[in-house]
Amino acid sequence: MAGREGAEVVLRLDGITKRFGPLVANDAISFDLKKGEVIALLGENGAGKTTLMNILFGHYTADAGSVEVFGQTLPPGHPRAALAAGVGMVHQHFTLADNMTVLENILLGTGSLLSARLNARAAKAKVQKLSADFGLSVHPDAKVGSLSVGERQRVEILKALYRDARILILDEPTAVLTPQETTALFETLRKAVALGLSIIFISHKLNEVMAISSRVLVLRHGRLVGEVATAETDRHRLAEMMVGAEITAPKLADRAPGAALMTLTGIRTAPRGNAPGLSGIDLTLRAGQIIGLAGVSGNGQSALADLIGGLEMPTGGTMVLHPEHSGDWSPRAALASGVARIPEDRHKTGTVADFTLTENAVLEAYENAPYSRKGWMDWSAAEGFAKKIIETYDVRCPGPEAAIRLLSGGNMQKLILGRALEAGPQIILANQPVRGLDIGAVTFVHNRLIAARDAGAAILLISEDLDEVMALSDLIHVIYEGHLSPAFPRGEKTPAELGVWMAGQGFEGGADAA
Amino acid sequence: MDILDILLSATFWAAVIRIASPLIFATLGELICERAGVLNLGIEGIMVIGAFAGWMAVYLGTGLWAGVGVAMLAGMLFGLLHATLTVPFGLSQHVVGLGVTLLATATASFAYRLSLPEVTSPPKITPFQPWEIPVLSDIPLIGPALFSQTALTYLAFILVMIVSLILYRTPLGLALRAAGENPASVEAQGLSVTAIRMGAVIVGSGLMAIGGAFLTMSAFSSFFFEMVNGRGWICIALVVFGAWKPSKALLGALLFAGFDALQVRLQQTPMGAVVPYQVFLMVPYVLSILALILMSRRAEVPAALMVPFNKGER
Repeated sequence: MAGREGAEVVLRLDGITKRFGPLVANDAISFDLKKGEVIALLGENGAGKTTLMNILFGHYTADAGSVEVFGQTLPPGHPRAALAAGVGMVHQHFTLADNMTVLENILLGTGSLLSARLNARAAKAKVQKLSADFGLSVHPDAKVGSLSVGERQRVEILKALYRDARILILDEPTAVLTPQETTALFETLRKAVALGLSIIFISHKLNEVMAISSRVLVLRHGRLVGEVATAETDRHRLAEMMVGAEITAPKLADRAPGAALMTLTGIRTAPRGNAPGLSGIDLTLRAGQIIGLAGVSGNGQSALADLIGGLEMPTGGTMVLHPEHSGDWSPRAALASGVARIPEDRHKTGTVADFTLTENAVLEAYENAPYSRKGWMDWSAAEGFAKKIIETYDVRCPGPEAAIRLLSGGNMQKLILGRALEAGPQIILANQPVRGLDIGAVTFVHNRLIAARDAGAAILLISEDLDEVMALSDLIHVIYEGHLSPAFPRGEKTPAELGVWMAGQGFEGGADAA
Repeated sequence: MDILDILLSATFWAAVIRIASPLIFATLGELICERAGVLNLGIEGIMVIGAFAGWMAVYLGTGLWAGVGVAMLAGMLFGLLHATLTVPFGLSQHVVGLGVTLLATATASFAYRLSLPEVTSPPKITPFQPWEIPVLSDIPLIGPALFSQTALTYLAFILVMIVSLILYRTPLGLALRAAGENPASVEAQGLSVTAIRMGAVIVGSGLMAIGGAFLTMSAFSSFFFEMVNGRGWICIALVVFGAWKPSKALLGALLFAGFDALQVRLQQTPMGAVVPYQVFLMVPYVLSILALILMSRRAEVPAALMVPFNKGER
């Protein structure tokens, strides 16, 4: 903040309050943004960051409070007014039309709707100049649908700059970017600040907040709980402010593994598209043990997950459950055999978006007592189960009757976790269980998985995050092009050594061995 | 008379253009609605009400063009009903559309019985007369086919160009297409999705009604029940056939009209004595389905077609 004390205030939020039913998403939030500064809005999923920005931009109307831009109070609920005042927003979920060109997307709504023509040529020149000035290379005539995620984000930023935005709001801009793209984005933001723009950067990634912001505002449960200059704090303190409690890394006590619960011998599966199938996998899942599967995504992780989850049949090798399972292997057989699944994509395969929490909670068990008897659903039993998960797993939601799509990713994941663990599984398949979650939720999920392991479950943890695999696993395998490395006990290999395996070195003959 | 003779006769091509005209109006109307993201199944009924209202206005003494205006207004009124229910209220576009079709058709019957209680056969009006364009109408074959049509037909063809220009060359068209692709992008740019979609449905419905009015005021001179006879549904298919592009939809309308004009004439050939006439009636529909299958495989459907937009929904 030093050096900005006298700078002009470009944006002032005063006492913003917003309720969704009984949920208070924003509770009397006030802050200022000064010219040429980057403030980070930090908070867990569901803390109210996005709601606040949607109020600022006019998508939502606040129940109380006011927004002032360059000294003028904005009329609530009018994005047009916010745009005209110089506020540009890059939404977390891009607001682009895929079938239209970059230029068309940028031009949309910039002139009067009733003007006779689109002034495309002049617009293109301006877009190209902005691209060059801010380091946002993207072809104006390309269809948005053909662009990468990083390019789409550049289009979103160009949209705001084209309208001469002086204040940029970026909602979780790095969630979808590769590390290289993130670096490029930060370059762009630094250029923008140098040119006198002000930026609100919403994130829950601490290292990024430390890297880009000059001031950090922390939101928790809809309240502004802290405001610090970035130079005067560190990641650890920010994390504690965000979560509201001390963060302790998950601890794995040594424990002798129990009996084998599933043994895979020489398993092969068919390749799918560009992804290789499994070739000759030997793997034993034992009670009370977490096996971590490290590897770059697309190396056969999904094939292995689908095999254990019952979605795919092996083309060779044997798969034995203990006690042995008879009959065809299927998702239903997997569930009946005590396999619980935390799927990789909670939106696509984990939940049904428009179903209620209750319905989602019993998705895997609806045909069993007590949720159904003699072919009739017992909804009060189902709701009781949902309420139990909500309570035990701290799922923040309007109630069991709410549609699950209303929940943030972390809360959705907690429901899935509760659904899986409450079934008392013997084997837990956790595929990317904390992808996209914030620190609080990550710690929660990890501690629950460790508790399940200590209670005697066998866990297969699939993750692209090497730190996660190393912190949580008793044994680590690396998967590469469908081949499995030998098992490395925890702590035996350094991250660098595992990285070498992940790049494919050390595998006998690599993919050709198939 | 064999097929070659038919294809070389000016009356055949004139009939193709004439049959295509109402389809062009209504297809453009439907296309505008769908490009903005709203499927308008009220089209069949809106064509009926347009056919009735235009004809009745002229019968009661207005001029022909005023009749067209009345038809359009009647269509826009039902468009307003459709838009109100589907856009701000976000109701099912299928249910509302079929409801509007039933309501509009029934309203036309009711108004007809109410205004002409003791008539056995509907009165005739003086419809639009062919307007021969100087010089051009003298060209052999093409002249009588293309350039001695009624003013409404010329209007239909001009409208294809106008709608194309608006969709692809104006900010309004851009906003309308964006509303059908990703309404959130429209909202994020400070425009009202509700206003754009409602406007599109109302204007589109007006065009559908003119398509209906063409039947009573240009093709025929009187109003019959059942005269629209599924043309609205054909137009829905033509929009798909045209991959939501006005020029390709025009092509589709001409193709369908061509098959239709052809089958009537084939019935009069020696073949018509052998083959049951129902087979001929079937021809345009069967061929249209085949063409639809071939043409629409790689069409880009507006991504937000039939997806209601609720402001502030996560």
